[in-house]
Amino acid sequence: MKIASKEVSAVSLVKEAFEKAKKYEDKHIFVSLNEENAIARAKEIDERIARGENVGRLAGVPYALKDNFLSKEGNTTASSLMLEPFHSPIDSTTVKKLEAEGAIMIGRTNMDSFAHGSSTENSYFGPTKNSIDDERVSGGSSGGSAVAVALDIVEFATGTDTGGSIRQPASFNGVYGLKPTYGTISRYGVVAMASSTDCVGFFTKTPDDMDLLMSICAGQDKTDMTTLPDYYNETPETEVKRIGIIKDFDNDAVDKNIRDALAKKVEFLENKGYEIVELEMPTLKYALAVYYIIVPAEISSNLSRHDGIRYGYRSKNAKDLGEIFSKSRNEGFMSENKRRIMVGNFVLSSGFYDAYYLKAQKARTKIIEEYNKAFEKVDFILMPVSPSPAFKLGEKVNDPVSMYLEDVMSVPTNLAGVPSLAVPAGKTKSGLPLGLQVVGPRRSDKNILKFAKVLEEDE
Amino acid sequence: MKITREEILHLAKLSDFDLEESEIDGLSKNLEDIIGYISELNTLDTEGVEPTYQVFEMENIWRDDEILPQEATREELLALTTEQAQDQIKVPKVL
Repeated sequence: MKIASKEVSAVSLVKEAFEKAKKYEDKHIFVSLNEENAIARAKEIDERIARGENVGRLAGVPYALKDNFLSKEGNTTASSLMLEPFHSPIDSTTVKKLEAEGAIMIGRTNMDSFAHGSSTENSYFGPTKNSIDDERVSGGSSGGSAVAVALDIVEFATGTDTGGSIRQPASFNGVYGLKPTYGTISRYGVVAMASSTDCVGFFTKTPDDMDLLMSICAGQDKTDMTTLPDYYNETPETEVKRIGIIKDFDNDAVDKNIRDALAKKVEFLENKGYEIVELEMPTLKYALAVYYIIVPAEISSNLSRHDGIRYGYRSKNAKDLGEIFSKSRNEGFMSENKRRIMVGNFVLSSGFYDAYYLKAQKARTKIIEEYNKAFEKVDFILMPVSPSPAFKLGEKVNDPVSMYLEDVMSVPTNLAGVPSLAVPAGKTKSGLPLGLQVVGPRRSDKNILKFAKVLEEDE
Repeated sequence: MKITREEILHLAKLSDFDLEESEIDGLSKNLEDIIGYISELNTLDTEGVEPTYQVFEMENIWRDDEILPQEATREELLALTTEQAQDQIKVPKVL
């Protein structure tokens, strides 16, 4: 990535990013731009460079921040009415780490409200359009971040991936998107969705850029008790020989373009001397049902904090304390937020808990065991991210189950906590980007990125 | 599985939503579809399988019992609320 130096000023990098952001205004990538603060920061960085100071590994690099990361600059809205007025007094750990290395946030990217969705159409502020086709979705929930990187507005963008929210928009726009091993990057200061699967990750244009961001952001955080000690920078190199493909997903439910893209990569790998192993993972087809039980359950709990009292939206129609809760919540949440909270309360309620929630947690054990077995046979799994390339705006937004089916191949990794990287894999005849994902065992993130460089040779 | 109006209103109560009348039919249909889909899980045999509630590899993360310096001040936090009075968050009277 382009880094500021004595030859290239941070101000010029940042100004260029804003010019591009404005050029693509119609795509609706950003919820808010951070122009004044960003230019002031760039000037400060240029002065430090002129004084010969070491500014950091991301000196003057413009980046886009998904709208669910807390930052003192601008409002953190999670693209919702509920948090529209919310101005955070603190920075999230990821923002702190990136900015300590000299990165400059140029704007907050659009997302499905509270990250509930797979198309960014559930944003309170309206959808983000696909990077190459205005009639198609950007993917979601981190749609704005994916398009900001795909259109080269910024060098990288942050994202969160609870069930595919980084990888699916990355593949819809032809960029790299990493969902790290659960617990790799701190979630302190990220708007919570489902705590047992939420992960912070990034969008980049190359595997090397991703590696740099991971080496900066991985590690234990005192303010997030679910962070692992930094294994990323200590990862031993392993030789990758065997690549698994999953037979159970090779059927008509997956678009032919994507199956062809997978077949092409498999042939490329075979020619390079890799051994391709066919895997049977029959429990994975249940992962989506498991996900849409466990995740709504956690959402119903996490989103109960939004009460209209301490921060965020308060209904003007409320006449008493009870109505502040119930009217603020009903007006402040989008339909999809409400559906998920209500499904969560359904699967947790007495009489249904055993049949749904407990059953799903048992199924989760089986899914994890299936991955463990697979990784005894192969180093990585190569598979589609989603069943189709970017679909049309409005095509699925009113049919929750058809939207959920978008996530059928991305959610299993979140349930198991294993890392997965979306990689570009060519285009359809009409030019729509295609993506695949490389899934590895826990803590193999760094080696996945190294393997992605092999796949990159075929692009 | 049929979701009745009463069940939707019960779930709305658990969720603390003051639903508009116009939302109820649509939500019933959506929830029927979603619950119909997730009920497919019934066909998976989980006999004798232990549940997994979290996938973090560590347990019992201890820290010293000390007050960490707070990043946000009382004033900054109060400023996030809609109404304040006498250095407190103000809400309508409860009793």
